[in-house]
Parts: sequence; C-alpha cells; structure tokens
Amino acid sequence: MTNSELNRFKDKAFQGFGIFCTFIGLIVLAIFLINILIDGLGRIDWEFLNNLPSRRAHRAGIYTAWIGTLWILVLSSVVAFPLGIAAGVYLEEYGKKSRIANFLEVNISNLAGVPSIIYGLLGLEIFGRVFGLGGSLLTGALTLALLMLPIIIVTTREAIKAVPRSIRDASFALGASKWQTIWFQVLPASFGGILTGVILALSRAVGEAAPLIVIGALAYVPFAPTSPLDEFTVLPIQIFNWISRPQAAFATNAAAAIIILLLITFILNGIAVYLRNKWQKKVKW
Amino acid sequence: MSKKPYKLEARNLNAYYGGFHALKDINIAMEEKAVTAFIGPSGCGKSTFLRTLNRMNDYIDGFRVEGDILLDGRDIYNKDIRVDELRKEVGMVFQKPNPFPKTVFENVVYGLKIQGIKDKKVLAEAAESSLRKTALWEEVKDKMDKSALALSGGQQQRLCIARALAISPSVVLMDEPTSALDPISTAKIEELIYELKNDYTIVIVTHNMQQAGRVSDQTAFFYMGELVEYAKTKTMFTSPKHERTQNYITGRFG
Repeated sequence: MTNSELNRFKDKAFQGFGIFCTFIGLIVLAIFLINILIDGLGRIDWEFLNNLPSRRAHRAGIYTAWIGTLWILVLSSVVAFPLGIAAGVYLEEYGKKSRIANFLEVNISNLAGVPSIIYGLLGLEIFGRVFGLGGSLLTGALTLALLMLPIIIVTTREAIKAVPRSIRDASFALGASKWQTIWFQVLPASFGGILTGVILALSRAVGEAAPLIVIGALAYVPFAPTSPLDEFTVLPIQIFNWISRPQAAFATNAAAAIIILLLITFILNGIAVYLRNKWQKKVKW
Repeated sequence: MSKKPYKLEARNLNAYYGGFHALKDINIAMEEKAVTAFIGPSGCGKSTFLRTLNRMNDYIDGFRVEGDILLDGRDIYNKDIRVDELRKEVGMVFQKPNPFPKTVFENVVYGLKIQGIKDKKVLAEAAESSLRKTALWEEVKDKMDKSALALSGGQQQRLCIARALAISPSVVLMDEPTSALDPISTAKIEELIYELKNDYTIVIVTHNMQQAGRVSDQTAFFYMGELVEYAKTKTMFTSPKHERTQNYITGRFG
C-alpha cells in the first residue's frame, strides 16, 4: 500500500468509527425511549395525571408529583434567574480585572462540577436546619436554585460576550452610562442566549431527585402543596419510589411518569431552541 | 476675514496604553465650524487622539492621558466634567456602521430617550429633522418601524450620523466613516460632511488622502504618535513643510 492509499484508508476508517460512535448513542436512546413508551404509554390517562398517590398501583396518580415539580420550577426560577443573570453581568461587565472577580470565576466553574447530592446536603443544613424551613418546597427550590446558578452565570457571560464592542461604543458615544448601555443594548441583544441558558438550567433542575431526597422531600404526600412552606414531592422522586417497589404494576406507573417527565424536559428544550433561533434571526452583526 | 474662535484645543497632550507611549506632546487647535482631517499611517495615533476628544478611551484598561484637552476653553479631563455630558456635546461616528439591532426610529432617538425624553411628538420631530440633515428622511420615512439592519451600508452609516446629530452636539468626531462603504455611499457622506460644517465642528480621521483633500479645511499629519504637521489642507497638499509629510501624501509610504 502506498502512503496516500494508507492515508485514504485511515480517513475512511476514522469516518466509519465516528459514524459507529454516533449511532451507539442514538440507538441506546431509541431503545430506551421505545421501551419506556411501550411500558408506560397505555397507563397515561386523565386519571393518572389527577390521582393522588396510593398503595394500589392502578389507583395511584402523579397529581402531587407534577404539581410539586411545577412549584419547584417556578420557585427556583424566581430565585435563580435574577441572581444568576446579575452575577453574570457583574463578572462580565464590571469585575473583569479584579482579584475578587478572578477568585469568583474559578469557584463558579468549580461549582458547576459539584455533584448534585452535595448541594442537597448543603441545602439540608443551611435552608432546612439553619433557616428552619425543613423539608418544604422552599428548601427544595433554594437548593435547586444553587444548582442552576453556575449554568445561568456561565451562559449569561457567554451571551454578553457575544455582543460586539461596536454596539457598546455606539451607546457610550451617545452619552449613555454603563448601566444604560447594559440595560438598553447589551441585555436585549444577548437575551436569546441568556434565555437558552436559563431554560437548560431549568431542564436540568426538573430531573434532579438526589438533592431533594437528601433535604427530605417525600414520596408519599397525600395532598398537593398549596404554599411554599408545604411538604412536597416531585416527579423524579415519585419515579424513584415506584421503581424500587416489587410489584410490576408500579413499574408501569414509573414508565408513565417518566414519559411525563421527558415531555416536560423536551418542551423546555424545545422552547430554548425556538427562542435561540428567533433571536439569532433578529440580531445579526 | 475674521478668525474663527478655537473650538477644540490640545495642549502638551500625552497618552499611554500601559507602557506604550501612543501620543507624544500633541499641541493643536481646531477651528469652530470647520472640518479638520487627521491623516497618517496605521498605528500613528490619529484614532487614539480622536477618541481622547470624547474620552472613548476611558474604558480601556491601562489607558491614561496627561496634558489638557480644551472644549470651548474647558478641560474635558477635569474631574468636574461628567463624561455623559461631554459626549452629548461631542458626538461620534465609527469606522463600521454600527446601528443598534432595533428599528430605524429607535436608533435615531436613542440618545434622547436615555436623557429621559419620553414625549412622542418631541421624539418624532427630532427623528425627522436629524434624518433630513443626513438626507436620509426620504429614503427611510416609510421604514421607521423596520430594523435598521435592513438598510444598506451607506444608509446605515448616515443613520449613525443622524443618531449622533439627534442629541444636538456641537462637535462630531468621525473615525474613518467611509472605509467600509462603496464609492457612491462615500460620495454621499462626503457631501454631507461638507454641508454639516455649517452647523458643526467636524474632526475626521481618514486613510484616504483624496478624501482629506476634498472635505477638510485643515489637515493634521500624525506619525509614530507625533503631530508632524498641521496646516490648511490646500497648503499641506501643495507645499508640505516636512519631508515625511510629503512622502506620505504622495504615497511613498503608509
């Protein structure tokens, strides 16, 4: 074999290997999805969504779980969005060179890598015990907000960084202050990117079970929560609970709940993709 | 003919980017309602000098200025001067058209809106009169609610000029305003500069010698951070005093 033939062969071989790797991922995902759909799709009906948990599998529903998930989503967003976006703006626009900013930057990257169960322990101690919020929705939401913060901060910074210098110059040259420039030009122009990060953070938070189990979220909550201080459960915990029971009927319930959880995640991701495309079309440099 | 008063003056001006000495002992006085052109090879300091005139370099880390820049006799680097107030007086147009990704209307009135002017009638009138001054009104009056990014490059640059004029500055700084434009758009901008000098003091940085010759009354030649020669444009282009100036304007280097 000549050298160039060898090179061509290597090229082909690597291409084949790449396709193989891609398909492994896709096939596993497809098998998983099909499996879940076969197991659970027949179980989903109006009653399943509206029933309270029960010891009898066919009467058990996910009403308290999806209401809890909704509460958690809203509460943790309310906390994490303003904090995360403000922190991102500070780090990118104001604190660029200071030693504190450097220190914060390194630690935010570290935070993004901390296992979620550690956040659960932190939330249990600080929000649950020190603040005395116990195993309430608020404790869960604050804990998940911590989990979401690094993602939101990082994507906010990336989005802000993508706004060209020339737009800031134009704003400053017209007599705008730094804050006016950020508020009227930088944030609107980076809004699509920030929103994408926010939604990705949300869809991560919605799937978390570990930190919430640690803070004491329960699988059996007889009533849907009505205030942030109520006890709660969420879909992942409900799924975890059902999966660990011996009866086959509960496994079917779990599969059905997984479909609902996946649906929520897909919808959130879909919104993220839609918003990103919409804003990218509007803002062209 | 009586001599016009000086609008802008630099006295013993030195500027540094960290350890780099970018402007060396600049002394220059620019007349009111006239066009002054800054020429010179890349990196000679002409843009840096232009940007010290409205303190656009303030946000650059390690940039510092020594000496005085006087606008109507007042030092603009004085502590009492508020940068945003200064920039309302000294507008700026950039090398590449940089409209905001908003409507044409929002672009023109941005400077007024951030001053807190909300009256729709005032804003609409200001928008129309600024766009008329840049001969853009007829072209965009039906597109006021369309994105400014949909305009052509030349229109965008005239929009940027209109946007600068809307806050009624007395000085307009232009940093190579036509370098990203085609010849026809360039001609329009040059025509515009010629008309604007009836009402505004204009300082323009240009790489284009012919442009300096066409639009300016005075020309300043910068080289390696120094102001080599400053004279009436006609004089400079016909009988430059310094050899370096002559070499540059005849295209022997640059």
